[in-house]
Amino acid sequence: MEVTLNVKRFDPESNDKNVHFQEYNLEVEDHCTVLDALVKVREEVDGSLALRCSCRASICGSCSMRVNGHAKLVCKTKIRDVANNDNQVTVEPMNNMPVVKDLVTDMKPFWDKIRAIQPWLQPEGEVPEREYIAPNETMQHLTGVMSCIMCGACVSDCTALEVDENFIGPAALAKAYRFVADPRDDASTSRLKMYGESGGIWDCTRCMECIQVCPKGVAPMERIMNLRDKAIEAGFSNNNGARHTEAFIELVKHSGRLDELRLPIKTFGMFNFPALIGLLPVGLRAIRRGKMPPIIHKAIPGADKVRRIFEKVEGKK
Amino acid sequence: MKYAFFPGCVSRGGCPELYPAAVSVCERLGIELEVMEGASCTGAGVLQEKNQRLGDTLNARTFAMAEAMDMPIMTICSTCQGTMSQAHKRLADDPAYMAEVNETLAEEGLEYKGEVIVKHLLWILVEDVGLEKLKNYITTPLGGLKIAPFYGCYLIRPTGALGFDEHPEREDSLERVIEILGAEVVEFAGKTKCCGFPILTINEKNSVAMVANHTLDAKELGADAMVTPCPLCHLNLDGFQPKAAAQRRTTIDLPILHLPQVVGLAMGMDPKSMGLNRHIISTKKFLSRIAVEA
Repeated sequence: MEVTLNVKRFDPESNDKNVHFQEYNLEVEDHCTVLDALVKVREEVDGSLALRCSCRASICGSCSMRVNGHAKLVCKTKIRDVANNDNQVTVEPMNNMPVVKDLVTDMKPFWDKIRAIQPWLQPEGEVPEREYIAPNETMQHLTGVMSCIMCGACVSDCTALEVDENFIGPAALAKAYRFVADPRDDASTSRLKMYGESGGIWDCTRCMECIQVCPKGVAPMERIMNLRDKAIEAGFSNNNGARHTEAFIELVKHSGRLDELRLPIKTFGMFNFPALIGLLPVGLRAIRRGKMPPIIHKAIPGADKVRRIFEKVEGKK
Repeated sequence: MKYAFFPGCVSRGGCPELYPAAVSVCERLGIELEVMEGASCTGAGVLQEKNQRLGDTLNARTFAMAEAMDMPIMTICSTCQGTMSQAHKRLADDPAYMAEVNETLAEEGLEYKGEVIVKHLLWILVEDVGLEKLKNYITTPLGGLKIAPFYGCYLIRPTGALGFDEHPEREDSLERVIEILGAEVVEFAGKTKCCGFPILTINEKNSVAMVANHTLDAKELGADAMVTPCPLCHLNLDGFQPKAAAQRRTTIDLPILHLPQVVGLAMGMDPKSMGLNRHIISTKKFLSRIAVEA
C-alpha cells in the first residue's frame, strides 16, 4: 500500500530550530508497522530522521511515539489500522517530555519521577539469607501492574501533566501501587503519606488517557484509584481529595443522588472560610443566571433502598 | 423509539437548563421518554474510587429497573454514560460477579439479567434517529458558524467499554452531528481531553488551566461556540471560564452549549425554553448570528 507519513521534525542543531511537519510518501507491505515504515524512511529516503527503537516486539518500550495524536508503541501498530481514508498517518514525538531530536524524547523527567516514589522493596526486619518468599496468590494481583515496560506512553498523554509538570504521573504512581500492594513491603504507611502529597494521587483527573494508551494493560489510573482508597483507609484523609470522595459517597448514600451544593462545602470543610469565600463569585454568578443547585435537596423515591445497598456492600468490603 | 430516561444528578442540579432542552428536543424528534425517577446516581467514578462493587451494584439496580421497563436507557451526560458502560462491561465479563451483585439486589426484588442497552443521546441521534432523518428536522441550519466539539472523557475512553468496536461511528459522532446541523466543525486536539472538572475542588489551578487551554485553543481556531454532551464539562468550561480568563489575563468569552441546545437551535426551537439565557458565558452574540447567518 502507498502511505504518506506526516512526521514532526525538530533538529536542535539546525540554524532556525524550527519545528515542522515533513511528508514522506512510500510504498509499504500491507502488514507493515509504523516502525517498519519509519525505518524504511530513515534507510531509504532521509537518513537525517531520528527515532528510537530496539526489540521491535513491544517488550523493550523504546519506540513510544504519538500516532495520530495518541501515544503508541509504533512496533505494535499496523499502518493499515491507523491510516486515514487518504492513507495518511501523523507521527509525533511523545508529549510531556523534552524532545531531543525529531521523534526521540528525553526520558530523564520520566525516570526522575519513577525514582521519586522509591521503587524498591522496603521489607521489615533482618535481610534474609536468600530471597524474600511470598506465596503465589499474594502476588498474582500484581502481575498486571508488573507488566509495565516503562515506555512512557501514559506519561505522554497524561492530561494532568500537560498543565502541571510537578504531577508525579501515571507510570510512577502505578509503580508506587506495585510496592504498596506487595505483601513483602513494610513501608506502605509512609509511602501512602508521601504519595498523597501535592503532585501525587489526588491530582489525577481520572481522564483514562493512560488506561487507553497503555500497550500492556497496566491501567495506571485504576492503580491510582486503589492508592486513593488505601490512603483513606490508612487515615490520610485530611485533604480536599479524600474529603471530596468521602463527601460524595456520603451524599449519595443519604439521598440516592448527588447534592451539588453541599459537595464543595463538605470538601473544603464547613469552617474553611478562605476556600468558601473563594467559591462566592462563582456561586453569585450561578445564582444570577438561575443555575444554582436547589437549596432543598430532594431525595430520589426509594432512597432507603439505595441506603440499604450501601450498608450491605460497605459491610462486605 | 422509547427510552428509560436517566437524567443524572447535574441536569437537575448545577445545569438545570440541560433537562428541559433534552426533553423538548427528544419530543420534537419523536423520541419517547419515561423518566427513571427511582434510579440512583451512577457514582461518577468518584464512588468507584473507594468501592467499585458498590458502584456496580447501584448501576446494576438501575439496569434491572430498565429491564423491568423493557426499554433501553438514555443518558444525557458523558460521565453517567461512561460510568454505566464500564459497570455494564465488568458485570457482563464476570457472571460470578454479576450473581453476587444480584444477590444484593434480590432484597429489593430486582434482578439484572445482563441485557440492558445504555445509550447517550448523542449516540441515539446518530444510531437510532439517524443523521439523514435528523437532517429533515433542521429548519434553521447553523451555516457560517464554527463549533468546536468537546466530548468529555467518559464518552470516549476506555473504548473497550464504550462499544467502539461494534460502533466505530461513535468516535466522531459529535463532529458528524455538528456538520448535519449546518455548522463548521472546529478540529482541535483538546476535544477528547479532560475539562478539569474532577479536580476542581482538589487542584483548582490545574483544573482552570485546562479550561483555559481548551477554550483558548478553540477560540484561536475561530470557534464561535463549543458544544458538549457532558454537563460536568459544561460546569467547568462555562462556569469557570471567567477564572480561566483571569488566570491567563485575557478575555475568552466562548459560549459553551449543551448538545441538545445546539440541536434544538437548528430545529428552530426557542433559545429561552432551552435555558440558553442561563449560562455563565453569554450566548447572546452566538444566538444573534444564527438568525443572521441562516
